[in-house]
Amino acid sequence: MSLVWYVLRRLAISLPVLFVGTFLCFVMVANTGDPLGELRNKPGVNLQAIADTEHKLGLDKGVFARYFTWLWDFVRGDWGISIAQGNAYTPVAPKVMAAFRVTLELVLAASVLALVFGVLVGVLAAVKQYSIWDYIATALAFLFFSMPIFCVAIVLKGYAIQLNGVVRDLGLADVLGDPWLRTVSPESLAATGFGDALAKFTGAFLLPTLSIMAITFAAYSRFQRASMLDVLNADYIRTARAKGVSNSRVIWRHAFRNALIPVMTLFSVNFGATVTGAIITETVFNWHGMGTLLVEAVVKNDTQVLMGWLVVIALSVIVANLLADLMYGILDPRIRVG
Amino acid sequence: MADLNSLIAAGDTATADGTLPPEALPEPRSQGKLVLRKFLHHKLAMASTGVLVLIVLLSLLLPLFWKHGYEDSSFASFAKPSGDFPLGTTQVGKDMVSQVLRGTQFSLLIALTVSVLATVIGVVFGAIAGYLRGFSDSAISRVTDLFLIIPQVAAAAILAKVFGGGSWYIVALVLAAFSWMQIARITRAEAMSLSQREFVDAARASGAGTFRIIFKHLVPNMVGSITVNATLAVAQAVLAEAALSFIGLGVQLPDTSLGRVILENYAQLQTRPALFFGPFIVLVLISLTINFIGDGLRDAFDPRQRRMKA
Repeated sequence: MSLVWYVLRRLAISLPVLFVGTFLCFVMVANTGDPLGELRNKPGVNLQAIADTEHKLGLDKGVFARYFTWLWDFVRGDWGISIAQGNAYTPVAPKVMAAFRVTLELVLAASVLALVFGVLVGVLAAVKQYSIWDYIATALAFLFFSMPIFCVAIVLKGYAIQLNGVVRDLGLADVLGDPWLRTVSPESLAATGFGDALAKFTGAFLLPTLSIMAITFAAYSRFQRASMLDVLNADYIRTARAKGVSNSRVIWRHAFRNALIPVMTLFSVNFGATVTGAIITETVFNWHGMGTLLVEAVVKNDTQVLMGWLVVIALSVIVANLLADLMYGILDPRIRVG
Repeated sequence: MADLNSLIAAGDTATADGTLPPEALPEPRSQGKLVLRKFLHHKLAMASTGVLVLIVLLSLLLPLFWKHGYEDSSFASFAKPSGDFPLGTTQVGKDMVSQVLRGTQFSLLIALTVSVLATVIGVVFGAIAGYLRGFSDSAISRVTDLFLIIPQVAAAAILAKVFGGGSWYIVALVLAAFSWMQIARITRAEAMSLSQREFVDAARASGAGTFRIIFKHLVPNMVGSITVNATLAVAQAVLAEAALSFIGLGVQLPDTSLGRVILENYAQLQTRPALFFGPFIVLVLISLTINFIGDGLRDAFDPRQRRMKA
């Protein structure tokens, strides 16, 4: 019961933050440009038509009135319509949700894989400290940590296209599929049957996931290495070894479990970075996710879409942080959440 | 080992009554000197400093002597790399080397500005929250939460547009506005633990005000972690700026940056790799060397000298 209260309290604390955040963004974006600017500059445009459009979109009211109208509609489940020209007043909610699904799939796949991979590499580096593996892991971690994510994506995409060409030339396209490595979004896939769909889906995710992973796994592996080294030097590990517990049991049962706890704190910090990474990676691979949506909304002064975008992203960050804290409590009984 | 040697040398000159003449005593070392000494012995950090200094000097001095100006677009489009154009030319016929040099200047300028601003904001907020606690702490923590729920690149994209973005300083300002939270959190935690120490009580007892305690007593004691995090913030800012410019919402012409140079040329990856890899390698080198320097600084400031060398 206390857990439920804890979750509710945490979410309640976030509400004012969300309110202030959306308010500031709304006021700033609404004041920077005119979403109807393009329409106004058209030669021979009907002034009455503009006034009608303005009225229809609520643009004839003041910024504050517009914000509270938006807020009132939003809490009742109406996210409004896109006010950018050329969007034909499409409703915001399905637009944002469709984009969010694309990004969320990518973020989840990359987060989980990066966590697993980073933790394993970190444990390996710590157990074999100062070995060649340790140095390779360290060097790779620093290199990827210092690399801009979009460059990793560009390089992966570029060489995948080249590799596909090689596969085609060698006549292996029938066996490996054509194109072998997918460099486009999964939306454009036409699949026959479940197996085919799964294969194509995985294929489309491979390169973007790798790009995001390359950056985030580095932080996990460094952190896991440090925390594993701390634990391996602890007294109770020496005791376990002295008792004659086998090496693998000491590492996995005694040390690993405890060394995992601090890494969970990194998960919540990394989540924001992973979302950012996904936004950038989508741009390179032409996925229609939150990244494309953000750029479009900002460029076109589309306050309504931007608000939906902001709330969804902010909520997902809040939920991710909450989950990380709950996980922390589960992994470490010494920490009571509540 | 120098310590030991100077002691032995001093021992040789010991006077008959066994005391050392004052000039033979080893000079006491200040904390700054100790840190500098440790840093100078950190091979990787020193090598990185060398490379970074070289990049900075090249980006500042080479354009003065380089044969092609960055605005000169009178060359052949997509000329192959040659002695005249080591990285080739761009689509509009500009020399790539001068583009990369100018991009480097702007990237470094933006990253340094971001780091300085973010550190100042973060330290002030963090120290005030950690020392005063109570209402100030809750208020500052809520503001920190507010800035943390929006991904940096997205927030910077929105703000850059709001302030009629495009100039390098606008990009630097908006990135800084969303870069200070990490430093604020670290400073807050440190200020909290430091403010329990006796020297703070002593300062308060001798009549020092809040402002004086925070900036004369607490902050100087946090100089290690502040320096390390400010350094790492430079590397993060280089990458953040590049990402922002790459999605087209960062630096706009006539200003430029390495991210923008990559954006303009990345489509040529397969046919003209030099156009992509030139700015890419410079960008990675900058952030890699800064990360190594930050790591060296962390080791140098750590009195326990961490077991693990990263």
